[in-house]
Amino acid sequence: MNNLHSLTLRQAAELLADGSITSSKLCDAYLARIAEVEPAVQALLSLNADAVRSQAEASDKRRAAGKALGPFDGIPVTLKDNIAAKGYPCTCASRILKGFVSPYDATVTCKLKNAGFVLMGRANMDEFAMGSSCENSAYQKTKNPRNHDCVPGGSSGGSAAAVAADETVIALGSDTGGSIRQPAAFCGIVGVKPTYGRVSRYGLVAFASSLDQIGPMSKSVYDAAAMLDVICGIDPKDTTSLPAPAPEGGFAKDLEDFEKAPSLKGLRIGVPKEYFEVEGISGGVRKVCAEAKETLRRLGAEFVDISLPHTKYAMACYYIIAPAEASANLARFDGIRYGYRSPNATDLISTYLDSRGEGFGPEVTRRIMLGTYVLSSGYYDAYYVRAQKVRTLIRKDFTEAFRSCDVIFTPVTPATAFRFGEKSDPMQMYLSDVFTTALNLAGTCGISVPAGTDETTKMPVGIQLIAPDLAEARMFRTARAFELERDKV
Amino acid sequence: MAESSKGIDVAHIATLARLRIEPASVPKLQSEMEAIVGYVEMLSELDVTGIEPTAHAVPRSNVLRDDAQGVPFGRDAMLANAPETVDSELIKVPQVLPGGEMS
Repeated sequence: MNNLHSLTLRQAAELLADGSITSSKLCDAYLARIAEVEPAVQALLSLNADAVRSQAEASDKRRAAGKALGPFDGIPVTLKDNIAAKGYPCTCASRILKGFVSPYDATVTCKLKNAGFVLMGRANMDEFAMGSSCENSAYQKTKNPRNHDCVPGGSSGGSAAAVAADETVIALGSDTGGSIRQPAAFCGIVGVKPTYGRVSRYGLVAFASSLDQIGPMSKSVYDAAAMLDVICGIDPKDTTSLPAPAPEGGFAKDLEDFEKAPSLKGLRIGVPKEYFEVEGISGGVRKVCAEAKETLRRLGAEFVDISLPHTKYAMACYYIIAPAEASANLARFDGIRYGYRSPNATDLISTYLDSRGEGFGPEVTRRIMLGTYVLSSGYYDAYYVRAQKVRTLIRKDFTEAFRSCDVIFTPVTPATAFRFGEKSDPMQMYLSDVFTTALNLAGTCGISVPAGTDETTKMPVGIQLIAPDLAEARMFRTARAFELERDKV
Repeated sequence: MAESSKGIDVAHIATLARLRIEPASVPKLQSEMEAIVGYVEMLSELDVTGIEPTAHAVPRSNVLRDDAQGVPFGRDAMLANAPETVDSELIKVPQVLPGGEMS
């Protein structure tokens, strides 16, 4: 118990329950840890230590009175800076939202508060969640805790780095094309993109509404399952949230039962040939994937070859649909009602032009421009409608593939975390998400699980396990069995 | 859609998107956009005849909320983030119509 800041959610809950620690002691340990490592890692955009301490004290009072709000009452959680929490900044790492303070709680934030979680820092990200390295933040460059010369991934790189550097017990990110799974893999933690609609998006600043999904980033598969229990569920404030119940007792309870005899006997794991034919998969990633398959085989899983024939079109489809939706969603930042207003503006039109021109960074500008282009008169059918039709084909690929397998196995990224400035060309940066975007287009769920280390780069490698719509329980069981077996070696 | 990736009119698109783009940044932005649009044009290889477009991954029917009265947020809360206000009651905006000063 000498390292309180390295506890998992499950361990912290146990220690709080048996009275060996208090929330105040736990939160103080995290504040001390943040003071120690944050100057170098720079995962957080803001942190209100006084608010942390007062939440912890309130939690301790509840627990002492026998009125704890649940097993996680008093445990720190860090939110990506695009998830609203009343009274806290919500900048999306953009200049255009500098100084913005959320007037309300996102639905996930309400659920975290109702479960007693202590809100810690606000995590850095690529501006408006557009990017794969956090280099697009208007404020700071978050370092990969495993090697400070490398990026933490993105866009939820601050959340991933905060968890990996022990600055929080657990974090939430958002995933539009891989923004939870890719930084989780780069930093060596667990990251989950739930099925589209599993978690309410109310209070998540919209990037591409048909693709965005909030999910857990954690130190273990169990923790991610327990966090999904907290945040999932239909929400009258998000009409795209699904009326899909979690398993009886929840995902975490399901894992507790499963752990008594963790076996994957009878599970068919599909390996899509197109994913392993992608150019530029590093030797280290291939080796760790091969070892991970052996680990899963030992657990009784059977591997089958499958095909996702439209894989090569997923990135192209994504880079029409996501910018198109972004250009519409980001129209709300107009310098009028909230956010940055240019002091150079003289009339209404220059208020729009200058506030947006000065407020958005280069990548956000690029995506708004692309989106505006593909939606503009004369190009709408050729690009946007065609991309929506290809999206249908991509979704059908997954539906077909899941006829012959239960779970799909892929790498998360072609290579381990890259160095700052290494991918200066936008197209090159986009292609680092080649294995993750198809899921967002299809809507299915996926998890990134640490599987080993690349011998050459000495950086973590993640595997991605994909399950059909709303089959998170199966995804978690597979990932948990893998995690337990992996740790035996 | 083949010929379209060359010669994207960045200034025109920027006007549509309400973005002030410095003239010096136009050539780089144009070449980046043309590279990305050139890449996404691979979708034209596919025959999509008769395929229904997908707008949302998980199909949903329309959802209506209860027709209930309420005030979700107070005026003060919503005005707190406004760049400029008039007496903390109204959002101050630049003049919209040409002509004399408002009284």
